[in-house]
Amino acid sequence: MSNPHRYLPHTEEDIKLMLDKCGAKTLDDLYADVPASLRLSKPYALPKAMSEPELYRFFGDIASDNREMAIFAGAGFYHHYTPAAIPAILSRSEFLTAYTPYQPEISQGTLQYIFEYQSMMCELTGMDVSNASMYDGATATAEAMIMAVNAARRKNRILMSATVAPEIQQVAATYAAGAGIKLDIIPENNGTTSKQAFEEMMSNGDVAGVIVSSPNYYGIIEDYSGYADVCHNNKALFIMNCHAATLATLKSPDEWGADIACGEAQSLGMPLNYGGPYLGYLCCKQQLMRKLPGRIVGATVDAEGRRSFVLTLQAREQHIRRQKATSNICSNQGMMTLHAAMYLSLMGTEGMKKVNRLSFEAAHALAAQLTATGKCNLKYADKPFLNEFVVEFIASTNTDNVLKALANENILGGVKLSDSTMLIAATEMCSPDDIARYVSIVKSL
Amino acid sequence: MNKKLYSPLIFELSHKGRNADALPHYEYSKDPIENLQQNLLRQADLTLPEVDEPTVVRHYTNSSNNNFGVDTGFYPLGSCTMKYNPKVNEAMVSHAKIANLHPAQPINTMQGALRLYHSLEKYLAEIGGMAEFTLNPFAGAHGEYTGLMVIRAYHQSRGDSARTRVIVPDSAHGTNPASAAMAGYEIVEVKSLSDGTINVDDLRSKLDNSIAAVMMTNPNTVGMFEKAIPTIADLVHSAGALLYYDGANLNPLLGVARPGDMGFDVMHINLHKTFSTPHGGGGPGAGPVGVRKGLEEFLPNPRVVENNDGSFDIHYSEGAFGRVSAWLGNFSVYIKALAYILTLGGEGLAKVGPLATLNANYIMHSLKDLYELPISGPCKHEFVFDGLRDKSTGVTTLHVAKALLDYGFHAPTIYFPLLFHESLMIEPTETETPETLDAFIEVMREIALKASAEPDKIKSAPYSTPISHPDEDEAALNPIVTYRQLCNNTI
Amino acid sequence: MKIYYLPSHEYIKVDGDTGFVGISEYAAKQLGAVTYVDMPEEGDEVVAGEEFGAVESRKAASDLFSPVSGEVVEINEELADNPKLINNAPLDAWIIKVKISNPSELDDLMDKAAYTEFCESQH
Repeated sequence: MSNPHRYLPHTEEDIKLMLDKCGAKTLDDLYADVPASLRLSKPYALPKAMSEPELYRFFGDIASDNREMAIFAGAGFYHHYTPAAIPAILSRSEFLTAYTPYQPEISQGTLQYIFEYQSMMCELTGMDVSNASMYDGATATAEAMIMAVNAARRKNRILMSATVAPEIQQVAATYAAGAGIKLDIIPENNGTTSKQAFEEMMSNGDVAGVIVSSPNYYGIIEDYSGYADVCHNNKALFIMNCHAATLATLKSPDEWGADIACGEAQSLGMPLNYGGPYLGYLCCKQQLMRKLPGRIVGATVDAEGRRSFVLTLQAREQHIRRQKATSNICSNQGMMTLHAAMYLSLMGTEGMKKVNRLSFEAAHALAAQLTATGKCNLKYADKPFLNEFVVEFIASTNTDNVLKALANENILGGVKLSDSTMLIAATEMCSPDDIARYVSIVKSL
Repeated sequence: MNKKLYSPLIFELSHKGRNADALPHYEYSKDPIENLQQNLLRQADLTLPEVDEPTVVRHYTNSSNNNFGVDTGFYPLGSCTMKYNPKVNEAMVSHAKIANLHPAQPINTMQGALRLYHSLEKYLAEIGGMAEFTLNPFAGAHGEYTGLMVIRAYHQSRGDSARTRVIVPDSAHGTNPASAAMAGYEIVEVKSLSDGTINVDDLRSKLDNSIAAVMMTNPNTVGMFEKAIPTIADLVHSAGALLYYDGANLNPLLGVARPGDMGFDVMHINLHKTFSTPHGGGGPGAGPVGVRKGLEEFLPNPRVVENNDGSFDIHYSEGAFGRVSAWLGNFSVYIKALAYILTLGGEGLAKVGPLATLNANYIMHSLKDLYELPISGPCKHEFVFDGLRDKSTGVTTLHVAKALLDYGFHAPTIYFPLLFHESLMIEPTETETPETLDAFIEVMREIALKASAEPDKIKSAPYSTPISHPDEDEAALNPIVTYRQLCNNTI
Repeated sequence: MKIYYLPSHEYIKVDGDTGFVGISEYAAKQLGAVTYVDMPEEGDEVVAGEEFGAVESRKAASDLFSPVSGEVVEINEELADNPKLINNAPLDAWIIKVKISNPSELDDLMDKAAYTEFCESQH
């Protein structure tokens, strides 16, 4: 071996002395049990090592082939401001380079922020228990579905509203296929869940759980009055998938009578990062606590009576229960729970309400100005929305034209739903100038 | 620093009326949010902390001081590959400027990100000896699930619906059987021999046309190489099943051998183990899944593909078993793993495995006179002691682990694998200097000697940690999992 | 009441056609402090040799198998609040009360002497 690499400290001399201790002559001797036929026959076809300046150039080139735009797209992932204090704390090695907190004596930092995160998610959702997070909103929803089937015993049918985001439907369908769950979709009617269809589908009494979302995929705030009662009368669980940030303003899952709350918490100021890491949350009522997958942190006292946090209820988990565990999940989104706890601390109740208000006003201003151009209408004009809405273009204007014209001016105009319809979101990151620019481009088409 | 002042829960630092939001003060329109129908609005109380920014920062900074990370010290946690997390990897995440890229952006504005994804996929395929990878799964366990769903789709595509069971060794990580169960499979356990390797006769007797897959790690969870792997692969394939590689233990194979060449059909890699991305106290990780030629079409959607002109696109395959993530997974983690591969290059990566193995063997040989070594012969990246050799004192593996904390070392993995009563599993990784290993060895020897001389002293450790001997039984018996519940108790 | 055991360490105390099912002293000791008992519901059917619930300690879980077939006529509600009763007096802390549907199944179980011998052979 030549000079040591900065991550590989061993000198030739080190290696020789260490091999002596092991009774081996060469590093190869330590692999004497690997059949020669399996040994690497030629060097890896991989690039040569880069120095740090070369790395900067490489990733700089990557960056220059991506384009940052003014973002008016949502569809489940929203561009909110990330307070500068968060990345500063997230970069602390003591948090970042720690493993799962199996040794509570030297992991109180991690355990405490997970406990704080659990507490805050329970505040937002009104549920009694939260786990330490899931991978993303889609897998959290799929796990909620599995929870409902496990809780129901002997029933394996789940209903999901057609107004849940398509990616979440697809992930849930994938998990359903694996777990032998019958997943049926409740049709929509003019942008909202068909209550009539829902009630009919419930009438067989074979449903274990019902999943709806708020706001729904089209940004509409649906009225779920009566849903929980129908579910509970039929011994089914009512599951709500909600964008976490909206819960400061919108009726909470608990207020709607939900048993499980789940969804995406990216809206708590997490960078978009081209899709991840985000944060799935999963909370439930007390009586479902032992069906909850994933890690849970609990408070206790140590031998000297000091408040301590530990991983608890571990008998649910894969490392103990193996195939009978509530889920296979092991690690979760660790650092993103710290992000969520910090965001909610910095914002507080008033800050959360303010971010909802700003997003609401930005979206409503944009919707009003866009329809005033005469190029489009609101597709669901009679439905309430928070910060996302669907427009339907009129006459010669179509979605592709609009998206292209906006992209030319570095605006990500929205998410295409069809040739004539588009889903548009706004947040506090869209300045009044951005909105004016957006509107004038559409007007000029 | 005044520990008491900022250490309580952030809720307990709350002071009514404080606020630390950094939001803009835009005036958009006069359409107030209160115009929404009342019955759609939250009426319930919402109790979040009301704090200023310095308090938040001090609270979390103080709290971080109660944590131990790889950057704090040696972390010989078996099966977890706690190697150094290079700082330049983190720097590259911000340098690559992906923070403000939305998944819905047009493909032509995302070519850099897609190229990055595709490069990492290609490099992992070279290292794993596989045809293609998907990076989408979020973690190792999620990768296992994804791999098993690929296997399920493969059998289904052949109209073979009789394969309802998956074979897992009794020494496997708990995620293996749990993932197989989630994919709808029944679990068949295969026994280990006394040296921890798979009992091939037992495996042979359990292989039939009801078996969809056999899941293995190699080296296995006791750090031994499964020498019989060529025979095992033949047996599995002639029974019509596929062989799954759990990449949790890939590190010692870097530069030595490739799962694909051993006959594995599907594998996952934990980027947060072998490829140096930080564990973050339990995530975000990434669990890319690779498949051999012929299985590519079953990988989950969406897929990143390279066009003939060298540009990149998103593709949805008809044959895919489905979807495991809303978009392309934990993207920023890929940047760190790619930076690691590029920093070491092919030649540097090839040194990783042998040096990780050298470090493990060095510790093993330096301690086996005081700790019970149930399996002899060269280990790979990790090995297992069955507790102290002197069992007369009542000092257990748990006591040894806790005693180590006082000396500034993280504990090894304890009571796993389940093959031994007092498992103490040590994995040093290649990034540790011989000086660190020597210091660790010295402490382990001191603990062993103290265990015989003053067993009660060892049993009461740790002494220097922020807490000691938390009552975990009480935590499980009366779970207190939120601040609200805590307020109703007297902790 | 006559008592019988399964090799998986469940006991059944028989009183006429009623059986009280719990876990043996040996099992309770092995498991350590019980923190939770997962019980079926009244009216559920259990089948001899099949799972009907689980007992959990802090870091272990053990499935419960039914010694006989029959209907669960009562569950021990006290265990929900105080699972430690199983450690204190396992033979009093029955988990489910079963109406035995096929008394001949008892013939396949170990009696006290056979079970004691079985436990000793486990060391």
